[in-house]
Amino acid sequence: MGFLEKLGLKKKEKLDEGVQKSRDGLLNKIGKAFVGKDKVDDAILDDLEEILITSDVGVNTTIEIIKKIEERVARDKFVTQDELQSMLRQEIVDLLEDNAPDKPAEFNADFPVKPHVILVVGVNGVGKTTTIGKLAHLYKKAGKNVILGAADTFRAAAVDQLKIWSERADVPIIQQGQNADPASVAYDTVAAAKARGADVALVDTAGRLHNKKALMEELAKIKRVMGKVVEGAPHEVILVLDASTGQNALQQARAFTETVEITGLALTKLDGTAKGGIVIGVSHELNVPVKYIGLGEQIEDLQVFDRADFVNALFGE
Amino acid sequence: MFEDLSSKLDKAFQSLKGEARITDVNIAETVREIRRALLDADVNYEVARQFTDDIKEQVLGSDVLTSVNPGQQFTKIVHDKLVETFGGEKADIALAQTPPTVILIAGLQGSGKTTFTGKLARHLKQEHKRNPLLAAADVYRPAAVDQLKTLASQIDVPVYSIEQKDAVRVAKEAVSMAKSLALDTVIIDTAGRLHVDEDMMNEVAEIKKAVNPHEILFVVDSMTGQDAVNTAKEFNERIDFDGVILTKLDGDTRGGAALSIKSVVNKPIKFVSTGEKLDALSPFYPDRMAQRILGMGDVVSFVEKAQKEFDEKEAEKLQKKIRSDKFDLNDFLEQIQKIKKMGDFSDLVNMIPGASKALDDAEIDDDAFKPIEAIILSMTPEERQEPELLNGSRRRRIAKGSGTTVREINQLMKQFDQMKSMMKTMSKMGKAGRALQGLKNLPIGR
Ligand SMILES: Nc1nc2c(ncn2[C@@H]2O[C@H](COP(=O)(O)OP(=O)(O)OP(=O)(O)O)[C@@H](O)[C@H]2O)c(=O)[nH]1
Ligand SMILES: Nc1nc2c(ncn2[C@@H]2O[C@H](COP(=O)(O)OP(=O)(O)OP(=O)(O)O)[C@@H](O)[C@H]2O)c(=O)[nH]1
Ligand SMILES: [Mg+2]
Ligand SMILES: [Mg+2]
Repeated sequence: MGFLEKLGLKKKEKLDEGVQKSRDGLLNKIGKAFVGKDKVDDAILDDLEEILITSDVGVNTTIEIIKKIEERVARDKFVTQDELQSMLRQEIVDLLEDNAPDKPAEFNADFPVKPHVILVVGVNGVGKTTTIGKLAHLYKKAGKNVILGAADTFRAAAVDQLKIWSERADVPIIQQGQNADPASVAYDTVAAAKARGADVALVDTAGRLHNKKALMEELAKIKRVMGKVVEGAPHEVILVLDASTGQNALQQARAFTETVEITGLALTKLDGTAKGGIVIGVSHELNVPVKYIGLGEQIEDLQVFDRADFVNALFGE
Repeated sequence: MFEDLSSKLDKAFQSLKGEARITDVNIAETVREIRRALLDADVNYEVARQFTDDIKEQVLGSDVLTSVNPGQQFTKIVHDKLVETFGGEKADIALAQTPPTVILIAGLQGSGKTTFTGKLARHLKQEHKRNPLLAAADVYRPAAVDQLKTLASQIDVPVYSIEQKDAVRVAKEAVSMAKSLALDTVIIDTAGRLHVDEDMMNEVAEIKKAVNPHEILFVVDSMTGQDAVNTAKEFNERIDFDGVILTKLDGDTRGGAALSIKSVVNKPIKFVSTGEKLDALSPFYPDRMAQRILGMGDVVSFVEKAQKEFDEKEAEKLQKKIRSDKFDLNDFLEQIQKIKKMGDFSDLVNMIPGASKALDDAEIDDDAFKPIEAIILSMTPEERQEPELLNGSRRRRIAKGSGTTVREINQLMKQFDQMKSMMKTMSKMGKAGRALQGLKNLPIGR
């Protein structure tokens, strides 16, 4: 089906059909009728806009992407549909920050400092505790000595939950029970990791909304005390974002970066139909890479983020 | 900060000066701005398109343009349309003729189901004198049962759970248990599930079939983006829920998902959840949600509360004083006392996304006003009328009398002056703008 037909049809479509519309191979259509051009047709741009907006990329980033494509096409021209497609993909991939070599995403990589301390933060219910369980498992499988810290002492049964993950991953956990001082748990965890010669310490924190000042200050304190035990700790601060979250994720990322200097992102719940497009803007604006993606509730359901794969998934492939 | 829709629309309308009627052509940019505001608020792409199409149809040919303030008037049209979409009547929870009433809670992972289960139990217990039993039908998530038990113990409500990983059985047995214990309400907490997970969707449908709930509630995170329509639609098709619960509204999300869901499944939003503690539950107010989506924060609630304390005439008097530079510390004291009467100040400010940031992260509580009151009350009537009188020795006297320091007094006076000049500018602005901007200039915090 050509573009015009498709657009004509779109108008007649009912709302609920419209939102369910599959994006399968949308990119395949792009370029078909426009071989050898130095301008992208409005219909293509409209379609691109729809793909990006419905993937939660956001209006600003979408405009930016479209501008880049237009510039690129004006300069380079495209001859085949493949060329336009790869230009599109490349522009989006380029907005995503690449992983930093000193904070490798591979689980068997050597760390500059031992223990390598990772603090995991984010708003409520995004998947912090689960992601820690998965990371522990993968580090352990890669031969690392891992230790967990239960610094979410607030949420009901948070410590129990992490404890179960520690058993699943078969790694030790440092905890002081519910309602303990989270900074003190964080301190203990790093101290224990150091004393026991652990390779990696993963510290769980309570979910907190980024607009709550007292909770953000608590987080800053948790981070501060870790540095008193091991030089430079935490070496990574991972912000967990839920792929189904919309534009608010940008606010979250800004606030957490301001308070604890995020070094990487984990994008969870990508096993649903949400595309998590907001990470493009987040990664670009804050210069932080997406390190991991969560694809389920099981211990194996974590993958190292791949920019090209992500962009392909955005276009329903 | 509060670059709200109405000022953007004003801009869009500026180019139309002189045109009397709205046409397809001259409305295009305005419609684009509205659509963009909706998309920024996470309203679904198609829903936003439909919504703006409807708005356009409504205003074509009308004379909005000739009004004094087309931007504001247009914003009101959008606002009212949102309110209309959300529906007027407050929807309550259905209760059974013969007990027990069975309520099923469902939704995606991490949306806030378990917390809401606790909140609803507390609400029904305290406000409706019911005796709930909670059913721990999340048999998958690590420590889900412990979590529910912990919450239940906070409100002294029993929990039914079993060892076996059989959610349908938990639900069924909880209902019989409630009957035998003469408990009048069963609230079933279920595991988080994705709408595309066939097995899990079957499970919740099975639970529904087994216990035939009087009320099924779909719990949604208010930060949800474009995908909200897909999940709501799928859950609705599978379990035909009765109402929606919007959680985590204590954040600063614009919450457009509320509009998307309402538009796609047309089910009422019954409660909103505004915190992690069990008392953080409120009814849903369509007008507040509309304001929020339009990026104006919950100005309506704010202005509502403010209006109770500030009547029109007085406001006018105040305006005059401000304009003629006669606003003095007596007036200021009076204003502070009124604001205090409006209730918990930080709650008020938190209704407005971004406001706490705008207030320079000031820790706002009623205590913040105390030193200000003390300082002003330690002044003589002349000093309050003519703050210029306040020289060094007077300030030292006041500091002593009010238990503050000269530094605090200096700071207050500086802020008072700043506020006065800001208020003067503000008096030219709209009412809501005034209320908000006035807030920002209150000399409180650090
Ligand atoms: N489908 C899916 N569910 C996930 C994923 N990651 C986490 N979850 C689920 O999301 C829910 C919340 O996960 P948690 O790990 O408890 O989230 P959290 O951020 O630690 O939550 P709080 O500590 O309460 O703020 C649980 O039901 C998890 O099983 C994922 O990648 N995919
Ligand atoms: N700030 C805030 N946090 C909330 C609210 N409702 C729930 N939470 C938090 O969100 C997180 C997830 O809540 P849960 O009640 O465990 O969510 P759930 O839907 O039962 O999660 P699963 O069972 O894993 O699917 C917890 O940290 C809660 O404390 C709310 O209204 N505001
Ligand atoms: Mg957690
Ligand atoms: Mg739960």
